[in-house]
Amino acid sequence: MIFWQLFASFFKIGLFTIGGGYAMLALIQQEIVRLGWMTPQEFVDVVGIAEVTPGPIAINSATFVGFRTGGIPGALLASFAVVLPSLLCVSVVSRMWNRYKEARLVQFMFAGIRPVAAGLVAAAAVLIALATFRYVQGFPGKLWTGLIAAGCFYGVGVKKWNPIKVLMIAAVLGLLLFR
Amino acid sequence: MQQKRASLWNLFSVFFRIGAFTFGGGLAMLPLIEREVVEVQGWVEQEEILDIVALSQSVPGAIAVNSAIFIGLRLRGLAGALAALLGVMTPSVVIILIIAHFFTQFQSNPYVMRAFSGVKAAVIGLVAAAAWRVGRQVVTSPYALAASLVALVLSVFDLLPIVWIIILGGISGIIYFSRREGGVAK
Repeated sequence: MIFWQLFASFFKIGLFTIGGGYAMLALIQQEIVRLGWMTPQEFVDVVGIAEVTPGPIAINSATFVGFRTGGIPGALLASFAVVLPSLLCVSVVSRMWNRYKEARLVQFMFAGIRPVAAGLVAAAAVLIALATFRYVQGFPGKLWTGLIAAGCFYGVGVKKWNPIKVLMIAAVLGLLLFR
Repeated sequence: MQQKRASLWNLFSVFFRIGAFTFGGGLAMLPLIEREVVEVQGWVEQEEILDIVALSQSVPGAIAVNSAIFIGLRLRGLAGALAALLGVMTPSVVIILIIAHFFTQFQSNPYVMRAFSGVKAAVIGLVAAAAWRVGRQVVTSPYALAASLVALVLSVFDLLPIVWIIILGGISGIIYFSRREGGVAK
């Protein structure tokens, strides 16, 4: 029974998360608290963990809640349930894309979408910068944050360094510089 | 177009790497996906990446997951999609399972938090780098500049959901380019 509920809830969470990331935190919280799987306070902790671990926040929280409620089988089931809508929807969209992408109207549509997508990436940079600077306490911390961000921008954006190495260097710098 | 053939193991391992280093939301991994999928593996053309990202943002689910499925499907059909999906999920699932055991110790560990402050700062730079590289390639006309600025403002001030911004971009592209091509207006 618990497994069916886990599956249904995380399938629903996966299905209603459009645009990625933080938009769906409210939905996850609503589901988890409604079913009594976690208190709101525990949920805040899960979000904190999701932020410091790699991977999409949807999968992070699915794995965590699934493990808490149903052990390792629960964790695997919830993680699978949250990505299943993606698998279904992307299969459909991808098939349509392959069939129609040469059509003139579709080409016009993508010529319109590409600059918009670029603008959305720039917006994400602005929003992440604002959120991070709000979170970092004190002047030295903000200064180091700005310098590391600028260095990563130059390294990855201009010099085409490997983003994985840049992230590792940033983690070491964080260890040395932040208090 | 000749794409390099991808083995299922190859798809799994490339997306495993991408999954293991995706912090702070899907877009931070855009430079990484671009590097792995376009430059190193040659699976996808440079400009297609942006189409894949736009499509990934328009369907339900996390961007990293959706683009893994898209690319896997393109290269090897359903088996490829499953391989890429498992690859991108595995690091996340394994790490959370470990942390779920050591929940409180992990969260209050000052070294972890400090290292993570560095990672958070780096994520700003990574997303800005993605915007810079994508923008330089795409913003080549006054129309494109206007469209990207409008999208930027709508999104930063949270005036419209992202899906609607993308849909509006598609509609205005259809209107603008068909009028231009039809010679109705410049």
